[in-house]
Amino acid sequence: MATTAVRAQQKAFTLGRSQWLGIVFLAAGLLTFILFGRGLEAGIKTKFGLNPGFASQAIPIPDLTLPTQPTIYALVLMMLVLGVLQLIRGFRFADALLGVVALCFVFAFLTWAARGKSFNLVGMLGSSLVRATPIALAALCGIMCERSGVVNIAIEGIMLISAQVAVVVATVTKNLYLGLAAAILSGAIISAFHAAMAVSFKVDQIVSATAINIFATGATSFISARFLEKNTNLLNNSGTFRIISIPLLSKIPILGPIFFENGVIVYLMLILTVLVHILLFYTKWGLRVRAVGEHPRAADTLGINVYLVRYVNVILGGMIAGIGGAYFTIGSVGRFDEIMTAGKGFIGLAAMIFGKWAPFGAFASSILFGFADSLQIKLQILRVPIPSEFLLMAPYIVTMIVLTGVVGRAEPPAADGQPYEK
Amino acid sequence: MPLVLELRGITKAFPGVLANDHIDLTLEEGEIHALLGENGAGKSTLMNILYGLYQPDEGQIFLRPRNRSVIPASAASRDGLVEVKIHSPNDAIAQGIGMVHQHFMLVPPLTVTENVMLGLESTRGGIFLDQRAAAQRIREISQQYGLEVDPDAYVRDLPVGVQQRVEIIKLLYREADILILDEPTAVLTPQEVDRLFSTIKNLVKQGKSIIFITHKLREVMEIADRITVLRNGRVVGTTTPARTTPAELAAMMVGRQVDLVVHKESLTPGEVVLEVKDLQVLDDRQHLAVNGVSFEVREREILGIAGVQGNGQTELVEALTGLRPVIAGEIRILGTPVTNANPRKILEKGVAHVPEDRQRDGLVLSRPVHDNLVLCTYYLPPFAKGINIQEDTIIATASRLVEEFDVRTPSVFVPASTLSGGNQQKVIVAREFSRPVKLIIAAQPTRGLDVGSIEYIHQRILQKRSEGTAVLLVSPELDEIIALSDRIAVMYRGRIMDIVPAKGVNREYLGLLMAGVEASEAAKVAPPTIGVEEVERVF
Amino acid sequence: MGEERKDTASTQTVTQGKQPAKGARKERGILIPPAWQTLLLPVLAVFTGLVIGAIVIVITDAAVVATYRNFFRAPGTALAATWHSIATAYGALLYGSLGNPREVYEGIRLYLSTGDNTLFLRAIWPITESLVAATPYIFGGLAVALGFRCGLFNIGAEGQLGIGALAAAWVGYRITNLPAFIHLPLALLAGALGGAIWAAIPGYLKAKTGAHEVVNTIMMNWISFRLSDWLLNGPMKAPGYRPITPNIEPTAALPRFFPPPIRFHAGFFLALIVAGIVYWFLFKTTLGFEIRTVGANPDAARYAGMSITRNIMLAMVLSGALAGLAGTSQVLGVDYWVGQGFTAGYGFDSIALALLGKSHPFGVVLASLLFGTLRSGATRMQSLAGIPIDIISIIQGLVIVFIAAPAIIRWLYRIRVERAEEVVLTRGWGK
Repeated sequence: MATTAVRAQQKAFTLGRSQWLGIVFLAAGLLTFILFGRGLEAGIKTKFGLNPGFASQAIPIPDLTLPTQPTIYALVLMMLVLGVLQLIRGFRFADALLGVVALCFVFAFLTWAARGKSFNLVGMLGSSLVRATPIALAALCGIMCERSGVVNIAIEGIMLISAQVAVVVATVTKNLYLGLAAAILSGAIISAFHAAMAVSFKVDQIVSATAINIFATGATSFISARFLEKNTNLLNNSGTFRIISIPLLSKIPILGPIFFENGVIVYLMLILTVLVHILLFYTKWGLRVRAVGEHPRAADTLGINVYLVRYVNVILGGMIAGIGGAYFTIGSVGRFDEIMTAGKGFIGLAAMIFGKWAPFGAFASSILFGFADSLQIKLQILRVPIPSEFLLMAPYIVTMIVLTGVVGRAEPPAADGQPYEK
Repeated sequence: MPLVLELRGITKAFPGVLANDHIDLTLEEGEIHALLGENGAGKSTLMNILYGLYQPDEGQIFLRPRNRSVIPASAASRDGLVEVKIHSPNDAIAQGIGMVHQHFMLVPPLTVTENVMLGLESTRGGIFLDQRAAAQRIREISQQYGLEVDPDAYVRDLPVGVQQRVEIIKLLYREADILILDEPTAVLTPQEVDRLFSTIKNLVKQGKSIIFITHKLREVMEIADRITVLRNGRVVGTTTPARTTPAELAAMMVGRQVDLVVHKESLTPGEVVLEVKDLQVLDDRQHLAVNGVSFEVREREILGIAGVQGNGQTELVEALTGLRPVIAGEIRILGTPVTNANPRKILEKGVAHVPEDRQRDGLVLSRPVHDNLVLCTYYLPPFAKGINIQEDTIIATASRLVEEFDVRTPSVFVPASTLSGGNQQKVIVAREFSRPVKLIIAAQPTRGLDVGSIEYIHQRILQKRSEGTAVLLVSPELDEIIALSDRIAVMYRGRIMDIVPAKGVNREYLGLLMAGVEASEAAKVAPPTIGVEEVERVF
Repeated sequence: MGEERKDTASTQTVTQGKQPAKGARKERGILIPPAWQTLLLPVLAVFTGLVIGAIVIVITDAAVVATYRNFFRAPGTALAATWHSIATAYGALLYGSLGNPREVYEGIRLYLSTGDNTLFLRAIWPITESLVAATPYIFGGLAVALGFRCGLFNIGAEGQLGIGALAAAWVGYRITNLPAFIHLPLALLAGALGGAIWAAIPGYLKAKTGAHEVVNTIMMNWISFRLSDWLLNGPMKAPGYRPITPNIEPTAALPRFFPPPIRFHAGFFLALIVAGIVYWFLFKTTLGFEIRTVGANPDAARYAGMSITRNIMLAMVLSGALAGLAGTSQVLGVDYWVGQGFTAGYGFDSIALALLGKSHPFGVVLASLLFGTLRSGATRMQSLAGIPIDIISIIQGLVIVFIAAPAIIRWLYRIRVERAEEVVLTRGWGK
């Protein structure tokens, strides 16, 4: 009896992840149909604008007008087919397909939400990239720190302080690049402190990071109230980085305006993503970093200075976070408001985990979050009947879903968060 | 043969313990010098000093000078040796000293090439890794010394024996002439041990000198040219295998006459206590770790599960104690099915569990000894009335147990972390054995313990056996299994290869099974039994 | 014994018999017995924090900075200005938090002679304000402390607090015609329940999937802010144009003991009682034993038969309930309505309190009294001396750092220690 009970359990057990994903795909397709595919007026069309809203170098191309109902039906069909195939056969790249299904869902949603109206798709993708920038930079900082074994949840605090430093220096010196440099410097200093706490004093890394966050919130609000509010023009009015079009590349339709017509900070983010990837996986330093993060004692026995590696990485990460902080002020609105980072530092950490501690993965995840962010603004414009507050919750809910590991658990570096004792 | 290394008067103290006490040691060229001592004797500390991980408080190190980067501290030399100061592993490596640690210093997610070149990376332009050059060199070393490895394999996918080869290649890659091997056979099957020994002899033929740290008398007799015995941080004597016996060595190690033989009375087994049928269990990576295992353990008998660590024993024990889900098969205790029951229910059925990792799984180090002693029973009367804890009863019981089980501790109120390894294990044993238990599952119960504690724990297990308890003993130490068990089962890749009576069992036969040879094939090469002899415990 | 510890890949980093760094560095300094250290360290941490706060006040005071330009010519002026700045600030702080003992004495004399209590009431107003401010801190600190005991870092206290407050307010104003002895407990229960549910979600995620509660509770915080925005502008909005709830019924209010404007309410005593209950729960019951064991070593707890899932859920739910009560006590005892942003800062404050009180209920109470005093004094400091209230956050952040890294304080004051026993609270990204 017990044997059959266990056999039954065994059968139930073989409903593994592969099958679950198939069910998810199917459910997504059905949901799409139920939510978006019904009650559509015949002949209604959705227009996707493919030219950016601002004056752009890109060669103009005609907008994409799709018949709403057939498009949605086609997407539903695709999701259902993928779901059935996944259930029966199971694909090797099931995770990537999950992304495809998610894209279908979102596209169907957009087609529905903008029915009968026009929707600037390129503009939204472009703004997704821009909004993803601080998240991606935060994620890169996280990767630099955690790959060497130091957990850093103080990214939020570092970005907040750097944001303020950037705008003040930029206003006073009337030079945005000096502001950026100051932000990088402040990021380095604060993260050096965190590194000292984590590596030399061997303090609980989450506690010390929380202290930094508290201090950052207090200090920036203090300075804001004490000085910035009264002297806005002298201290808190820096202007922002102008959009720079990369010659030739910016002429490409669709891709051009999205990738090649941006502010300096966005370009820095793209460059740093590639740089960090090369650094981590192709250089001598990167090999040592990875070793220290996985098995510091092994690295120690080979003569590598674990403490030094961690210090350097955390400080470099802090500098990247400094750039991320600068985005909020001199890259975006040109002034500092209290607690303007709004949790982006933590969302960056979620992007890092989602991206399996790899720069390109984190970049992709950041785009996802940036997309969610810019979506809720667009939805408000489209007057979609969901209260704006709920839309604003979207990035946070997505983060939580991501963290449950439903999209595949990854292992952090083995020595993550553990102080190294010689 | 000329000397290549001399240690003179090495002394190292840690808070509360003198790990090395004025130790003198010499190493000749082309020699295999065994450093013998029980756990805690100071062997690893001494070698860590030689390798630059620790600094000695007193004493000097003399080496044969190398042409590159010599760091002479003074001109005093003897036999052509020069004093050096070794401040870090980098210095040691520069002097041609290499060490293979007991717990491998390999980074699992990296490849063999990456692991080997870590810290001495081949680069293009000083920044970018040149994996091809390094891999080429690894292949050359592989050929020269007969150490087969695939440079592009990921270390985490390699079996333990191959990982050890990677560790040795790491040393040769850095042109080490003096190789220190710390307890290298702990994780190997008997066949792999033989392979390692022939590798060592090969290395020696090519001019290397080896320091071999171990606590196993059998190995020392087999492979060493000279043996130095350490006890409590001091050198007790230096001799050669020809001039000594295992009993004499054991006495030197422990400082008194040691009973190498385990005295086990012959008992008739009783009722079946534990019954396992066709058990299948997955490991953390969703592979089948236990693949159709069946056996039973009766009252008054000890079933020993032999096998190199990593063949499913850990997952088996976890499944039996409710800590890991079972996907097929049955477990019964005294007839009651307990497959996939929760751990507490299994404990309540009368099962005692002495876990493999005593500090991580057996104790809460930050809590006082008395709390640790009731970790499984705190919610039962008399320790609790409803949800209220009766502290006085707990403390009284704890004091009694500490006395009864000879736990050396200043009081029951100190945190468990202050106890030595042996006493920590005694706390666990006291906790588990003082409950009314029908079945004891002991996983590596004497790992890392000193001889006195080992003897004590063996004695306690045998005592429980006499009292009628069934015992399942899991250990990679074949000698321990042979000495204590009534029957022996060998596990390899999740299967039980064979179950044989322990009396007169043939080590060679067991070794073949442990290496994966099928029972019928192994029996053709070596008979399972070789006659009834007194079995030596031999740590 | 250095050798045996290398046996295990233990994630507990309890340092025992650690060898000193290369070449035993002799430590100099004052040797303080460990028992005194437990008390001394928090005190010194707060003191140092205040000192640094004073420095911040001085260097951001334009008037004082101006006097330093002439430092070498007129050092006295500069120093006097510095002292004056600090004295005004901290004087306001002290007065705002505790009041003036002489005034109290005068007030009592007046009351005894003429039965006129107005002077007395005015004199004890600062100290009652401090106790009022301390009340939600006690709850919040207990919430985070309970979480710490189970190895959980509940940064979500702020969100749980807010939801609890909204729930209590809803019960308070929605339900009418209930006698107070039912309405009040009902409202308190609603508040605790609201916080408990809000914490149960990340608790469940952690227990079932291992998702780290740090990020999840922070996300829940932000979600709760948006949710309360919506509620306060929509379904729970009082008539009028301010985004606040209607006032609660008088039957749901926590009773006060003195006539207005003194706001000292029964919530304070409730907090003390709850602290006692938490103490009993943690240290005298089997449930508390389990929670503490899971927090100290989840692996050993599992092996001993304890259910990690159940304990994590229990700890988070209780923690959330306590945080909910923090918000509830504010609504039912002080404001009687809920508005936007009233939770600001409580979450992080609670963390500081739990750390300062070493996660022990009695320590938390003491720390809360201190912080309550500081906060209510800071409000006065802001109005009297113009120092933004955020200075408290700065001091708090510093205090946390000092508590978390006692080595800094020890180095600063040259204190030697017999044996280092630091227990690491968290273990990276949930396994």
